[in-house]
Amino acid sequence: MNCTSKEEKEDLYTPIPYNLKIPTLFADKLIAPIIPTNNPLTEEGIALGKKLFFDKILSGNGTQSCATCHDPQKAFTDDRQFSDGIDGIFGNRNSMPLFNLAWNFDERFFWDGRALSIERQAFEPVTNPIEMHANWAIVANKLQEHSEYPILFKQAFGTLTIDSTLVTKAIAQFERTIISGNSKFDQFLRGETTLTTEEQNGFDIFMDEARGDCFHCHGSNNNPLWTDNSFHNNGLDTTFSDLGLGAITGDPADNGKFKSPSIRNLVYTAPYMHDGRFSTIEEVINHYSEGLKPSATIDPLMKKVNNGGVNLSAKDKADLKAFLLSLSDLDFINNSNLQE
Amino acid sequence: MKKIISFLVLIIIFSTCKNETDCCVNLSPITVNLKFTHNWNGVALTAADFNSFKFTTENGETISIERLRYLISNISIGNTIKDYNLVNIGENTGSEITFEEVNQESNLLQFTFGFADEDNIDGVYQDLNSASFNVPSMLGGGYHFMQFDGKYKDTNNQDANFNYHAIRAVDRSDPDNLVFEDTSFKIDLGTIDFTNNATIEVKINIAEWFKNPNTWDLNELNTVLMPNFEAQKLMSANGKSVFSLGEITQ
Repeated sequence: MNCTSKEEKEDLYTPIPYNLKIPTLFADKLIAPIIPTNNPLTEEGIALGKKLFFDKILSGNGTQSCATCHDPQKAFTDDRQFSDGIDGIFGNRNSMPLFNLAWNFDERFFWDGRALSIERQAFEPVTNPIEMHANWAIVANKLQEHSEYPILFKQAFGTLTIDSTLVTKAIAQFERTIISGNSKFDQFLRGETTLTTEEQNGFDIFMDEARGDCFHCHGSNNNPLWTDNSFHNNGLDTTFSDLGLGAITGDPADNGKFKSPSIRNLVYTAPYMHDGRFSTIEEVINHYSEGLKPSATIDPLMKKVNNGGVNLSAKDKADLKAFLLSLSDLDFINNSNLQE
Repeated sequence: MKKIISFLVLIIIFSTCKNETDCCVNLSPITVNLKFTHNWNGVALTAADFNSFKFTTENGETISIERLRYLISNISIGNTIKDYNLVNIGENTGSEITFEEVNQESNLLQFTFGFADEDNIDGVYQDLNSASFNVPSMLGGGYHFMQFDGKYKDTNNQDANFNYHAIRAVDRSDPDNLVFEDTSFKIDLGTIDFTNNATIEVKINIAEWFKNPNTWDLNELNTVLMPNFEAQKLMSANGKSVFSLGEITQ
């Protein structure tokens, strides 16, 4: 005799497992993306996460969603130095682009690495008083009272009861599907196109320890993430008003260290650096060429700091920019699966 | 007839006993743990010692170590082999390797620092790609053998950076015709008699990279060493005295 009632049986819903569409180069070159066993990807979970990502219901006054500061058309960042929250208060960090997050193998998120998973990262902006300034209990209650959300949570997670843990799990599932892997340079690596002379020379500068030496922190043809997802002091300041990783670890040796961002999609992600101090790619290149500032924690890879940097010629700077722009992924920007 | 049968039975029994005795000589395989410990001329060195000017090279430069990771490959204990292992002292990863099913007998312990040419294949090791341990194609591709970064006090007592990066040596005098020299090297730590599960310490004296046989002057050789053919050969020579056998417990 089966004790389960017919009504309960009808309530059962098994979400459909989702196979992440991994770019060929990622599959060939990198270890597997990180998908937590307690939050596997499902069609329903991702769809729910996407709906939540774009829904202003998560903010205290219903005026901001995650997408407000993480616009798909801007590689999931915004174009401002600092973003203002629902109360008009500005933060002191530049909004980070979001893509290829499942390949952040150390799972440290934010510029200072303070969140140790995507799920944990998603917790913070909702309650941060200078961001969405909401209360998780109130948000959960609003979602619970919503006409659509309870059934969507039921389908994604098997329960009608909504809480912050399930909200962040759903958002994290969606964020793991935000993948950029089809830039011109990806196509070049796949043998589908050729580079211009300038782009090729720019790539050579990027990879040349005696010139750009960018590859030690920003990936390569063999690491198509174009970041090491690690933390470095890249010589922005002699003294630090923002300690970065050091404020999290408490280790003075980490002061002034921030996460290396991917150099994919730079054309969409200005301004640059953790504090958005550089408005253009040229300013970024000039920084590494002539603008390095010494400090106790500057990364040893900033090798020519006593000369201000690697001192690239004007031609090399222009070519390096041409290469960087070849990492722009228009398919990603226009991916309808990632739009509202 | 009975006597003959009894005789045959006895022969069979004794033969069986002999086989049982042979069985007992075939000892069960053991587990061996290789443990890499680091020191500076005998003084223990861990990540906690990083980021501080507390070490002095043979040439007299005071240095601060900020990043040190190195690759060993073809790690073998007798017939049991591991392909490669990346040790990252700063992140305290890779410093122990466990070998299962090691024969309980005398086994030779040896490994290669870096990748020998036949294993140094560009882009094929996903975990090393993910760790950004690659060498640019313009230098022949493949992988770093070691990434050792830090700061030293220069002749003016100012902080200066060093990047002691070991790779396969490449002569780029003619960029269209690169000349390579395999600067990986084999470390033979001798034969060990295994009688039980064991832990073997492999000692790494970091100071030797700057010491023997080439006294390393960081004021002369500090950065951009990857494309420096001669510097790579000097590193390779110095590396041969870095590794030694430590304590064995079993």
